[in-house]
Amino acid sequence: MSYLFENDEHAALRSQVERFAGAEIGPYADAWEEAEEFPLGLYGKAAAAGVLGIGYPEAYGGVGGDLSHVVVASEAMVLAGRSVGTTVGLGSHGIALPPILRAGTEEQKQRWIPKVLRGEWVSALAITEPGGGSDVANLQTRAVRDGAELVINGSKTFITSGTRADLVTVAVRTGGPGHGGVSLLVVEKGTPGFTVGRKLKKMGWWASDTAELHFEDCRVPMANVLGEVDQGFVTIMQNFATERVFLAAQCVAIAELAYRESVAYARERMAFGKALSGFQVTRHKLAEMATRIAAARALTGEVVTRVLAGDLAATGLAAMAKNVATDMCSEVCDAAVQIHGGYGYMRGYLVERLYRDARLYPIGGGTREIMNEIISKLEGY
Amino acid sequence: MKILVPLKRTADPDNANKIKIGAGGAKIETTGLEPKANPFDEYAVEASLRLLENGQTKVRIAGDKLTIASFGPKEAATNIRQALAMGADDGLLFLSDDNALDGDLIARALAKVVEQQMPDLVVLGKQAVDGDSNQVGQILAELLQWPSATFAMSMELSADKKTVIVGREVDGGVIKLRLTLPAVITVDLRIVAPKSVVNHVTPATFTYPDGARFTPLPMIIKAKSKPIVEASLASLGVDTALKSKYLSFALPPARKGGVKVKDVAELVQKLRTEAKVL
Repeated sequence: MSYLFENDEHAALRSQVERFAGAEIGPYADAWEEAEEFPLGLYGKAAAAGVLGIGYPEAYGGVGGDLSHVVVASEAMVLAGRSVGTTVGLGSHGIALPPILRAGTEEQKQRWIPKVLRGEWVSALAITEPGGGSDVANLQTRAVRDGAELVINGSKTFITSGTRADLVTVAVRTGGPGHGGVSLLVVEKGTPGFTVGRKLKKMGWWASDTAELHFEDCRVPMANVLGEVDQGFVTIMQNFATERVFLAAQCVAIAELAYRESVAYARERMAFGKALSGFQVTRHKLAEMATRIAAARALTGEVVTRVLAGDLAATGLAAMAKNVATDMCSEVCDAAVQIHGGYGYMRGYLVERLYRDARLYPIGGGTREIMNEIISKLEGY
Repeated sequence: MKILVPLKRTADPDNANKIKIGAGGAKIETTGLEPKANPFDEYAVEASLRLLENGQTKVRIAGDKLTIASFGPKEAATNIRQALAMGADDGLLFLSDDNALDGDLIARALAKVVEQQMPDLVVLGKQAVDGDSNQVGQILAELLQWPSATFAMSMELSADKKTVIVGREVDGGVIKLRLTLPAVITVDLRIVAPKSVVNHVTPATFTYPDGARFTPLPMIIKAKSKPIVEASLASLGVDTALKSKYLSFALPPARKGGVKVKDVAELVQKLRTEAKVL
């Protein structure tokens, strides 16, 4: 099934991304997930195929398109590439670059964005700290002005693509406490005082590397600050708003993949003399999976349409869509494992991996609880 | 230089296992099969583009043109559009029922299209992956009385654009044919290898990625404004009576599970007594 907003342009894009992911990711998905890394060369290949630049202006090396194209392309990559870890790792620029695009100067955009979209540089976004994630207004990493430089001290954690990032968009405290003292800046790999800590072991998303980053008297020129000093909080919040849509769409895609796997398995697997799909209990389970996916897809698609129309109600709806889609995805993947029986619990079976990948979504990019807070505030109670 | 590439809409060959035969074996059930451009035709588009551009700068040679022609239902426009996104300039769709076409009719219709369009070169896929008839290019060349080369694995366009040297893979080597344009060429899959097409504009040092090119979003968007002219097959003034008639279809027998043998001796014994091939 596709999103209601899709036209023949999206269909053509879908088939291109599926062709790319089917050839360049699919055959290696299991190996890369087990190796907890995909080759750096994939960035260049994705750039050459016009996949990396989707959603970015051509002026900065992108291929154009909007949120709807990004959503469709990421679904196609999950469905044909069959590796959530690779999709999210390859896509970490989707959260690292928008702050540069939104708040950066023309010179900053030209300096960083094309390199990333050409696949030459890996980019990451660093907001969460060991001492706190959801509480962005209270972040502790400090950046103190010293002439034309800022001196950064602190740590970041759970940073997607962090171990290999050439460019990190970092949230720091430049001013007083609260959201009024937060700034965004770019730190390049090799800057003295910036080090990558250990690569973190995770429950899922294995092919995507996750790191701790440390800043110790790390000096960054003021020219690396994105937008006004102390004004980074709004940009961070805007970034989260689109990330929620990406995450909801990923959940729809993962669930769709788990569902397709389950349908194929149910048709093939014999029990008590007939295929699993010959049992009403299996058919009804599959029917419920399909229904839940369709519902989450409808809501996610509506958010995309509203965002593109500039509808302010999209913010609350995006939070709702994320919660609906993450819960749906976890349940659909759980059902997929159940249909697969013992094999569903075995490493090497796709649904086992998707089940673990799915668990990230009610946490990452704003927890379910934070989503409910956003909804509560917007609803006015 | 002007190139015409005929393009056929076929069921997605990657889903060949979903093919079902209708009751009585009268026809193949196409419902549920995703229509895609015949892969060999896609290679013909790719190879033609490589003749018409500087691969390094991605700039097309001024004045050159690539036209796509297709026969089938209205929906075939989607597949033409895909070729336009790759870089073709315009499309011609001759509306007809897929079941009322055969290789001979397509070749005769294409001969009329060639009369109207006057291309220097017609590049076709060597065959369609559904019917595997492998006839259209050959019949077309005969009707036009043009030189032709089939199963091309390489093409080299001379600097004066008057001749093409076509490499054909045969047992034990490669035969090279020099064709004087206008000509008909049918291509095999190796035509999209990195160095298969030479046009003396793309630098010799340049290497293409293997296969048909990806169509990034800007090309997809651009393709929407490129013209596709629709006309009826009858408008070409060809006799639409079919010469080949499909009597019935049947799926190949399902493959049976194999057996494992202990050693070579058992294998030889089974080949002798059971398979009876020794």
